[in-house]
Amino acid sequence: MSDVFRTCAHTGLKVHKDADALIKANAVVATVMLLIGGIAALFVLLTRWQAVHLLSAEWFYRILTVHGMTMLVFFILFFEMAILYFASAVLLGSRVAAPKLAWAAFGLMVIGAGLVEVMMWTGKADVLFSSYVPLRAEPPYYLGVILFAVGALLAVCVFFATLVVAKREKTYTGSVPLVTYGAITAAIIAVITLGHGAAIYIPTYFWSMGWMNVDPQIYRLVWWGLGHSSQQINVAAMVAVWYLMGALTIGAVVLNEKISRTAFVLYVLFISMASAHHLLVDPGMGPAWKVWNTSYAMYLAVLASMIHGFTVPAGMEVGSRLRGLTKGLFEWLRRAPWGDPGFSATVFSIVVFGFVGGITGVTFGTEQINLTVHNTLRSPGHFHATVVSGTALAFMGLTYYVVPLIFRKRVAFWGMAKVQPYVFALGMLIFSMAMTFAGTFGVPRRHWDISFAQAPFDLQFSPTVDLMIGIMAIGGLLAVTGGAMYIVITVSSVFFGRPVGDVAAMAADPTGIPQGVLKLPPQTHTVPVQENVTADRGPAHHAPGTLVLVGVFLVAFIVYYFLNWQLLAGAWKIG
Amino acid sequence: MTAPEAVHSGVVAPQGVWWKPAHKAEKTWVAIAFAWCMILFAMMPIWHLKGQQNPSGIRGTVDPGRFMARTQEFIAAYQVGEENGYPVVEPPAGADVYMIGMMWRWMPVLRLREGVSYTLHLSALDVNHGFSLIQVNGNAQNVNFQIVPGYDYGLRIVPNKTGEYRVVCNEFCGIGHHAMVGKIVVLDATAPAMPLLKDSTATAAAPPAADSAKGGAR
Repeated sequence: MSDVFRTCAHTGLKVHKDADALIKANAVVATVMLLIGGIAALFVLLTRWQAVHLLSAEWFYRILTVHGMTMLVFFILFFEMAILYFASAVLLGSRVAAPKLAWAAFGLMVIGAGLVEVMMWTGKADVLFSSYVPLRAEPPYYLGVILFAVGALLAVCVFFATLVVAKREKTYTGSVPLVTYGAITAAIIAVITLGHGAAIYIPTYFWSMGWMNVDPQIYRLVWWGLGHSSQQINVAAMVAVWYLMGALTIGAVVLNEKISRTAFVLYVLFISMASAHHLLVDPGMGPAWKVWNTSYAMYLAVLASMIHGFTVPAGMEVGSRLRGLTKGLFEWLRRAPWGDPGFSATVFSIVVFGFVGGITGVTFGTEQINLTVHNTLRSPGHFHATVVSGTALAFMGLTYYVVPLIFRKRVAFWGMAKVQPYVFALGMLIFSMAMTFAGTFGVPRRHWDISFAQAPFDLQFSPTVDLMIGIMAIGGLLAVTGGAMYIVITVSSVFFGRPVGDVAAMAADPTGIPQGVLKLPPQTHTVPVQENVTADRGPAHHAPGTLVLVGVFLVAFIVYYFLNWQLLAGAWKIG
Repeated sequence: MTAPEAVHSGVVAPQGVWWKPAHKAEKTWVAIAFAWCMILFAMMPIWHLKGQQNPSGIRGTVDPGRFMARTQEFIAAYQVGEENGYPVVEPPAGADVYMIGMMWRWMPVLRLREGVSYTLHLSALDVNHGFSLIQVNGNAQNVNFQIVPGYDYGLRIVPNKTGEYRVVCNEFCGIGHHAMVGKIVVLDATAPAMPLLKDSTATAAAPPAADSAKGGAR
């Protein structure tokens, strides 16, 4: 037993050697992908910034393809595989089921991703992330995606098998922790997603070989079952990470297991329908289909996100209050560990995802409002606020805990690590808001030259657009800087970092060790029910600060939503 | 006296039954959020009944070659001139109007009337294109449609602002994507119509008077 498990000195968790190694391998490849995608991001940015306009048209579309594929599929999914191993084997103290299969899955993912990268960089797949048929890439491109997806599917199977092993071998009692429950949600959505992927990439591969036809509208329908659902894996995984980081950094509690878990179930049931919002102004589908699907069946998945948006910060508030930060509405926030990059990254992830990504997403996904959004810069403005400022930033925060807990290394350049989430979050916030605003003028996404110099009819956008693109560029450069800091820190820590040492060594020199690792906040509390408070306002559920915050959120949501209807009402009559 | 309450974080496996009643603040928030979601949902059908902008249209499949032929018939029937090598077409009120997207042009140039209704048929000859309507030096609200080869998107439109518009392709369609810009002019309802080319061979060679100066050769 002792040779395959180690016991974590900080958390008391039993860590299986295979889990350790698989988490490390997936995290390292994810970081390599982030580097490739980040370099691509810089080149895309420096081209869309008309004042610089760096790349040729050919290389712009090529690098944009690389950026989308590498970030949205490879970086994110490799990181999520690491999270799945952590949430199953580590949190449940279990061995990894079928480690050989897990490594085979990892190998397939690496081979598939490598093949796709080669095809993209050599100009054999200038089709952008969505590769809409009948735009055609060389067949090995589609084959690479299929191999990657099969690998990811196998890794998800190992995750489910590990859950079964843990249950059967009784490595834990009771129900799985909420974080694991969230990861299970992500894994189920991953199966749905990868199923769509198989259903579209296999026929498309055959089509590229000339063996069959693929209808362009059917392609768009099924492809978005992959393209958008993969972002829903991110949402579920990100929310699980919010609960995890809340617990590790400030001892956030779960207000009510029933509510939080039901919200995760709502994701599984309804969120896949959200891929319909990519087809709101398509000719293939009618209004009833659009209204029903884009609302994820009456917005029940949005309800789930709004629930998490309350329970996550409220859990942080209650946990902090139970540790004595009880003054006023916001002492728990004021005296939170803002110098801990694991904490600050998590909070910024929640705020930007909710206020910018969430509000714009639901508004833009409204059937009619989408007329003013589709394929303009408003769309990437939205999803950079969700998948980058939300998911990627949450994963960055998690990394600052994975480095000491799993890699057993101190975080290098500790001073820089403390400010990294601030730089990245501020940059992405400026970037996505400026981009969204520029998009309201109709500025197209995925476009090499918005001065239209080579077009037969001239068009100049208003000077406001130039200003917004300039601000977007500044925000983007700041975010790229934050991303580069993250890569420098993680690579230095993992390959050249100092070991954490034992508890005494950490106490003597805490440099590079986040406060939650140094001293894990209490994960359980026994709260006496006091005589002088009603049950409803008892200390285990008292979160007045969060109520104020979600109130502000709701007002912002309502205002933005109806402003967009007003904007739409000024358009040509269309029916 | 109630028993002390145990609470735990999200990394702790809950013991026993965790299906417990929620407290008031959570219940209230869930209720508010649910009500808001219902409003979000209701707004879409309400706009179909009360609003003026809906992407419903008349939808059908069409062979791309057949759609191209219909566009050419439409151009032949209502052409009034030519600009930058593009036919300029002025259809009558209520007409079925055709515009086709192809690598990398929108055909033809349209002259429409403010406050007049048309059925604008949009489709693509080759790959997906994006129809993005943008007013030149104006603040008319930008609207966008996905144009899919093999599908006819027939939109009943009524232009509400006179002026020059551009149709920017906003779906990536290959290396010439960024040069794909078409043109629509919206005239005052009372502006005089240009003579149709098919009725007057004498004016066939003449450039369309109103717009040729602005468009220029590029």
